[in-house]
Parts: sequence; C-alpha cells; structure tokens
Amino acid sequence: MLVFILKRLGLAALVAVTVSAISFSLLFLAGDPATALAGEQATDVDIEAIRRLYGFDRPVLVQYWDWLAKALQGDFGESYYFKLPVADLVLQRLSITMTLGVCGISFALLTAVPLGVIAAIRPNSLIDRLALLLSVMGQAMPSFWFGLMLIVIFSIQLGWLPPSGTKTWVHFIMPTVVLGYYAMPAIMRLTRAGMLEVLASDYIRTARAKGAGEGRVLFKHALRNAIIPVVSLAAVQMGFMLGGSIVVESIFALHGAGYLAWESIGRNDLPTVQALILIFSMFYIVFTFLSDVVNAWLDPRMRAG
Amino acid sequence: METAVNDPILKVRNLRLTIPLGAGSLNAVRGIDFDLQRGETLCIVGESGSGKSLTALSIIDLLGRGIERRADRLEFDGIDLLKAGRSQMRSLRGDRMAMIFQEPMTSLNPAYTIGDQLVEAFRLHRKADRAAARARAVELLEKVGITAAASRLGQYPHQLSGGLRQRVMIAMALMCEPELIIADEPTTALDVTIQAQILHLLAELTREMGVAMILITHDLGVVARVADKVAVMYAGELVETGTAKKVFEAPVHPYTRGLLGCIPVPGRTQRGAPLGAIPGIVPSLISEVSGCAFRSRCAEATEACGAFIPHRVASEGSHSFRCVHESGRKAGAEAGT
Ligand SMILES: Nc1ncnc2c1ncn2[C@@H]1O[C@H](COP(=O)(O)OP(=O)(O)OP(=O)(O)O)[C@@H](O)[C@H]1O
Ligand SMILES: [Mg+2]
Repeated sequence: MLVFILKRLGLAALVAVTVSAISFSLLFLAGDPATALAGEQATDVDIEAIRRLYGFDRPVLVQYWDWLAKALQGDFGESYYFKLPVADLVLQRLSITMTLGVCGISFALLTAVPLGVIAAIRPNSLIDRLALLLSVMGQAMPSFWFGLMLIVIFSIQLGWLPPSGTKTWVHFIMPTVVLGYYAMPAIMRLTRAGMLEVLASDYIRTARAKGAGEGRVLFKHALRNAIIPVVSLAAVQMGFMLGGSIVVESIFALHGAGYLAWESIGRNDLPTVQALILIFSMFYIVFTFLSDVVNAWLDPRMRAG
Repeated sequence: METAVNDPILKVRNLRLTIPLGAGSLNAVRGIDFDLQRGETLCIVGESGSGKSLTALSIIDLLGRGIERRADRLEFDGIDLLKAGRSQMRSLRGDRMAMIFQEPMTSLNPAYTIGDQLVEAFRLHRKADRAAARARAVELLEKVGITAAASRLGQYPHQLSGGLRQRVMIAMALMCEPELIIADEPTTALDVTIQAQILHLLAELTREMGVAMILITHDLGVVARVADKVAVMYAGELVETGTAKKVFEAPVHPYTRGLLGCIPVPGRTQRGAPLGAIPGIVPSLISEVSGCAFRSRCAEATEACGAFIPHRVASEGSHSFRCVHESGRKAGAEAGT
C-alpha cells in the first residue's frame, strides 16, 4: 500500500509539473503580454519599457522557472486589474468556492448513493422510477434556470431563504442544492448500475449461502465493491465543481474563485487567470490522487499499482 | 419435532420448480423425490439444463427472484423448509447446511481477505470471538491441504489460484461443521489435472466429518468412486435413483444406460469406437410434458411411453426408475450379472 501511494504521488507530481507549464504558457498563447498590458494608446517605447519591467524580455524557460519558484512559495505576482497580490485575492475567493464545492458534493453523494442503492435493491419499483425521474430532471434542467426557480420560490414567494450573498450558512443552502443536484444524476446512475451488477455476482450468493443478513450482504459485501467507480467519478466532479461553479456563483452572487476566473478572463488579468488555472488543476490532481488511495483501500486488486 | 437418529437429514417429496416466463412458465423441475441419510453422499448427474442446480439452490433457499418452489415435503432434519421463514433459513445456511459453488474465481469477495471470509459464517452463527474463529480457519485450511495456512488468512482472493480458491471455499463450507453440504459442479471451472484431486478431497472430508453431501457433477468416474447414492436427472425429473453400485452395475432406464455409455471404460470400450452419445434434443418444458420426456430420443420408445410413467422398483428397495419397459429392467439386470 505504501509503495502504491508513493508511486501515485510521483505520478501526481509529474502531472502537476506538466500542468504548471501549460498554465504558464497561457500567458504567451494569449498574445504578447506586454502589448496587452500597455493598453491601446501605448507607444512602442512604452511597450518596450513594460516588457523589461515585467521581465518578458528574458528567455521563456527562465521566466517559467522564476514564476514556478515564486508560485511554490505562494507568490503568484500582482493582479493587473486589482493591483493586489494574486495570492491574497485568490485565497479569499477560494474559501467561498471550497465551502460551496464541499457542500455540493456532499449533498450529491448523500442523496445519490442511498437512492442508487435503493433503486438497485428494487429495480423497476416506484422508488426506482422516482429516482430515474429525479436524475433525468437533474440532467435536463440547466443550473441557471433551476437556481432562478429556487430564488423565485424560496426567496421571493416564501421569503425563507436569502437570494444572494455569503454571510451565513443559510446563504449556502440554495447554491448547494443547485450545484449538488447537477452532480447527482451521474452518481446515482453509477451507484445503481454498480449495485445491480454486484448484487448479481457469485460472491453475493456466497455471502447469502453463509447466512449473512440482508444488511450485511448489502453494505459489507455489495456496496464496498459497487462504490469504487463512484469514488473516481465524485473526485472528478468535485474538481469540476470548484472550477466550474461559475454559473451558480453568478446566480447567487457568491463571489468565489469561479466567478473571479470568469471576471479575470474578461479583463485580461493574466496572472490571476494563471494562478486560478494552476490551483484548479492542482485540485483535480489532489482529488484524483485521493480517490486512487481510497479505491486502493476499497479494492486490494488496485494496490498493485 | 421428534427426530430419530436414522431419520434422513433431507427428505424431498414431489419438488416442483417453475420459472415464470413472459408467455408461459418453464417447469424446470417436475416432481422429484429423494432422501438423504446422515453422512451419505448423493451424486446428481444428468445433462445440462436438466434442473440440477435449481434443485440444489431450492434446498438452501437461494433460488433467484420469481422462481416458484412447491413440494409435498421438503424437510431438513425434521424442519419443514417450506414453512421456514427468512430468518430461520438464514440461521440454517452456513451453519447446518453449506454450499460450494461452481465458480471459485468469482465466488469469493475480491475486497476482503481469505481470513475475513472464512471466519464470517463462524462468527455469525457461533458468536465466536476473532481469535477462536481464526484458529478454526487455520485448522480447516490445513485440513483442505493448504500450506502456510496462517499466512494465507491475510491474502486476498486474487492472490490465489483457482484450485486454491476452491479449497478455501471447501474450508469455508466446513467452518461450522454442517450436516449437509451441497456442491454444485465444484470443479468444472478448474484445470482438469486438479479436478479429481479436489473432488476426492471433498469426498474424503465429508466422509471423515460425517457430513451428508449432494454432489452435482458431470464426472461419472468420480461418481463411481465417491457416491453412496446416484440420482439421474433428465428434463426436470429423476429418472433413476439408487445406490451407486446398483445404478452403475445394473442401470435400468435407457437414459442412464445411454449416459453410462458416454464414458469410455478402460478395457471395455474399444479404441476408435464411437462413444454412446445420445442423439436428439430435450423436449421443451414450457408446456406440460405428458408421458416420458425421454421418449423422443429413446430407441425403445413405444406407444405406452406417452402415458403416465410410474415409479418402479428395480431388483432391490433402494433402486427405482421411471420407465414402462420391462426390457430395460432385464437389460439392466443382465448387464449387472
Ligand atoms: N433464473 C432463471 N431464469 C430462467 N431460466 C432459468 C433460470 N435458472 C435456470 N433456468 C433454466 O432452468 C433449467 C434448469 O437449469 P439448471 O441450472 O438447474 O440446469 P443444470 O442441470 O444445473 O445444468 P448445468 O449442468 O448446465 O449446470 C434450464 O433450462 C435453465 O435454462
Ligand atoms: Mg448447473
């Protein structure tokens, strides 16, 4: 198991370096950064001055190394737009996004897994149909529409929940539901399919032949095997929620990292975009690593690495 | 309920299993009777699809959803299994009756160690502590011929070969000293070289521990060596039952005789001569079958075969068959002498 973890860590580090190189090169893919920075009325002399000021005249590899070394120390440079250290800016926004992401995925898992299990125990039953209906709705309904409907019902009509802001946990209820409901259908279907397959397997029959009770069969023998692909999916979705919660953040005016990324792209604020892309990618890498470790713990066959 | 020592451990009367299908229903098992004495080995033979596995699963109550089980009597040690509730069946399974399945590669849970899976039934039924259960597991692994038994407990199924896994399954079935073991083609999925080895191990252990066994197998050579009784199944019926000696030496039913003709006998079968393969196909069991189900493939079939076929007793009490033909009996008797 330790060897497996070390191997995966090495792999994760390799991916991280690659991703960092890509996010760094974004700076140049987007055109000449000095020109962009100098603005429309700048003369060639101004541009040249800026080029030297920001160090764009140095060899690319040197610039990358410099950027990476600073990034590792938490220094992502200064935002072109806010004229503030990118690190402070991102950190402040990230806490909102993290809260939302963790709540969202928890909501999704806590609804989808039990529903998927029940649906698999009683295929074609009323609950199974209901679960299917819920998941089809979740897939068909755009997040922005669902979010707006919730605001109309719970904020405007009933006045129970605040429509926007981040002051208290109550503010996070609707965003959590919208974000979580977006991830729920895939998790539910995967849980249901996995459970159906596992419940039909020979080792479940063996467990029953030993006199194991239904609860033991379901949770000890079946769920552990059925949940393995769900763990990987949830990790990817968690990564996606952190980076891709822009819609939800906009609707509920939660000014999180997703929203910041969207704003920064519009403003050509490259250091901020770079930092966010790097951080979001690192999240993906961390979640994938964690899901690999959890899966290796669940399934001994994966430990061979 | 009072049960005497020489009462059979398993009593089956007129067992019928029906599988509802879209249109009609499949009468997979159509009224079978047999008794199994304590410590006795009954081998069920018969071709694929004759209902052997369903019969086995119906006893331990692990039939798939929707399959209907009916019988006049189905008793295990005097317990009426037809009336037993789920929890009573659960307390019998794995404790007093155990099952060994065909597929050792997939019959063990990949997520748990051999040790965990071995002790599970023991801890469930005996309320034993961990140490006692593990000691018992080691003892049984040694019994089934696994070396370095203690270190195997921490291994996972994927680390063992098919033969070893089936040995583990056998050890698992024996954990609680059951009175009945049902083994459904326990070696079909294994390498030919270890099939006989495993079957003999199973036979030896059940004999040694006094466990009654229902062994389903296609290997007639093994049947001849390990069976006390043989039941020949055809199209959901037992066409011939009796002691192994009687059935092998004086088979009466044309199907049994055909089946026995299917294996080469050293010395008696000539090299290059065709084996007695039975031509034809099994009738559909979706509608009611009247008369003898084997008659379309039987060389001796006459008009009488279309009528009801009663059970008939051959030379001695423990040997019975279902065939209207006197000639079959004579031929069998002659072959036996
Ligand atoms: N769950 C099921 N649904 C539909 N048909 C079934 C089901 N289980 C068994 N059958 C049918 O019932 C009949 C008897 O099956 P069974 O598995 O008992 O045969 P078997 O004698 O064990 O054969 P084999 O030697 O191939 O294992 C077969 O025709 C089979 O197709
Ligand atoms: Mg079978």
